[in-house]
Amino acid sequence: MSTRPSQGEAVQSQLLNRFDLTARLLSRLTRDEAVIGGIGNTNFDLWAAGRRPQNFYMLGSMGLAFPIALGVALAQPRRRVVAIEGDGSLLMQLGCLATIAERCPANLTLLVMDNASYQITGSQPTATHYGADLVAIAKGCGLADSFWAHATEAYEGLLETALSSDRPHLIAARIDKSPGQGSTDRDPSWIRDSFMRGLGTRQ
Amino acid sequence: MSRWYDVIVDVLKRNQIRLVTYVPDKVLTPLIKAIEADGYFTVFAVAREEEAVGIVCGSWMGGLRGIVLMQTSGFATLGNVLASLAVPYQIPLLMIVSERGTLGEFNQGQALVCRTMRPLLTSLGIETHTLSRSDELDFTADRTISQAIATQAPAALILSPLLTHAKRQELQ
Repeated sequence: MSTRPSQGEAVQSQLLNRFDLTARLLSRLTRDEAVIGGIGNTNFDLWAAGRRPQNFYMLGSMGLAFPIALGVALAQPRRRVVAIEGDGSLLMQLGCLATIAERCPANLTLLVMDNASYQITGSQPTATHYGADLVAIAKGCGLADSFWAHATEAYEGLLETALSSDRPHLIAARIDKSPGQGSTDRDPSWIRDSFMRGLGTRQ
Repeated sequence: MSRWYDVIVDVLKRNQIRLVTYVPDKVLTPLIKAIEADGYFTVFAVAREEEAVGIVCGSWMGGLRGIVLMQTSGFATLGNVLASLAVPYQIPLLMIVSERGTLGEFNQGQALVCRTMRPLLTSLGIETHTLSRSDELDFTADRTISQAIATQAPAALILSPLLTHAKRQELQ
């Protein structure tokens, strides 16, 4: 049984931290960008990193953070949309990468937090633990601008490029096993209403 | 008399449903073609029905109304996303389901999965109407969509073979 071979670009990643990466994303947002957080710890760290009305916290529907973000991006092409997803969630809905590539929304940035495990259920290994490379998969689906962020500085640089690009970007980071730092509110209709007010679709 | 798919295109436009996502089906093909031929719509296929639901829920929150087209067997994959996203978040997810598995079905799996559709919709309290008559089509589809939007609740329109007249040899 192999564990996490060095892949593709042959640079061994240092393990980054999901909360830190999420906080770094939020600190860059200045134009009411929408952020969609996937189920579980991805969402918990988005919540803990700073609540904003333009954040959508997904409580169920595992795997659908990227599709939801695509819908928001299509509805509001002038608003930048960022989605954050975990490796287990993305593995559940890989087809969405091909759909996003085909639609090619200029305003969509996809972040993948890859801890190689279903962390919240007991850290069972995901396929990325055994070598599945989500960046290679994304590229294979047609998302040419897909990158591993091998270090914090690289992540910052990739994020800066992605958030000003006219093509969808996917940035993945191998992260440590730190638990999520918060816990989202559990009221779906409130989350939806707040998000819509943040997007200006409800007064 | 108008063709069923032309009536649905008209109803969608009347209700400002501009985004159409689908997993294709033989019966849906003339509807998909009619939608693709009309510049009013943004229309594309997705890999899975669940993905389409995510897209349309996102677009609605962003101010763009959408609908998902699918077959009975695809609907059967939606239990979790309906129960965890569309219903509790009070999103008026609109669905058109082409009904396989009844009135002349030859595929046992289709016949079985068809029987799960209405019980699932009922158990989640989702407003559902079966479109089987041309003379009721416009009214039923239009009112179902407008009520879904007004009440912020998902709704399903089931396209019966009685309406679409799919020939058995075309069901492959």
